[in-house]
Amino acid sequence: MSLSMTPDLWRSLGGGLLIGAGAAVLLLVDGRIAGISGILENAARGAFGALRWRLAFLVGLVAPAAVYGLGAIRFAEGLPVLAIAGLLVGFGTRMASGCTSGHGVCGLANASLRSLLATLTFMSAAALVVFIVRHGAVP
Amino acid sequence: MTFLAALCAGLLFGAGLLMSRMCDPERVLAFLDIAGPWNPALAFTMGGAVLVAAPAFYFVRKRGADLRGSPTTLPDRFKITPRLIGGSAIFGVGWGLSGICPGPSLLLLTGGSVSAVVFVAAILAGFFASSRIDAAGNRR
Repeated sequence: MSLSMTPDLWRSLGGGLLIGAGAAVLLLVDGRIAGISGILENAARGAFGALRWRLAFLVGLVAPAAVYGLGAIRFAEGLPVLAIAGLLVGFGTRMASGCTSGHGVCGLANASLRSLLATLTFMSAAALVVFIVRHGAVP
Repeated sequence: MTFLAALCAGLLFGAGLLMSRMCDPERVLAFLDIAGPWNPALAFTMGGAVLVAAPAFYFVRKRGADLRGSPTTLPDRFKITPRLIGGSAIFGVGWGLSGICPGPSLLLLTGGSVSAVVFVAAILAGFFASSRIDAAGNRR
């Protein structure tokens, strides 16, 4: 693969830098980890944390999309599959104490072996499922 | 200060997800589809995020405190459990089916689609199921 930096890749990288900056600010100033499944789970139980930091984070998180719009998005599946997938995402992330943000961004940034194995596991499982769904075969 | 910093952190994080278009399920699935016309964009997003966050984690880990001096303990880095691997595999299956992980699911809610509402409601139900099973396990 020739790796020329297309505008699309620059945007992806730029977005990543912003995500990392958000995680850094939350850790440096508040001593908290930007793990979205954990923040959402606590907030959903009404546990907003000291000075409602979880609520503040979630409001900030959705604000840019609410103001600027989502752009072109395409859901890949209908409601029944989305419901099953959502259940697995919620159940699995709580069981593993983290998702793409908690393990994939913060955990890797913390040089955590736990998070590295978690990230390799969910990436492999996801890639396997996509392979089966899109290419119709068990490898 | 705590509230304001968390708000700013959320804004940066949310702007990053939006800019990198992580909330487009088809785009995420294109990254996960290694046998198709592979799109490496998501690797740049994750790599960029880790690159910026790593010095902050190193600083707090060494110091044992955040910038304001509050003692800060980071999660254990080395304890590998069946729970960690099993949970991650279950999450991965859901992510691979939908192309949506928890952060982007919340951004998708702003579009007001039924699909987004169903997905987030299912995530919350999954949280609930997981905590019920934990509670049952603790009673034994």
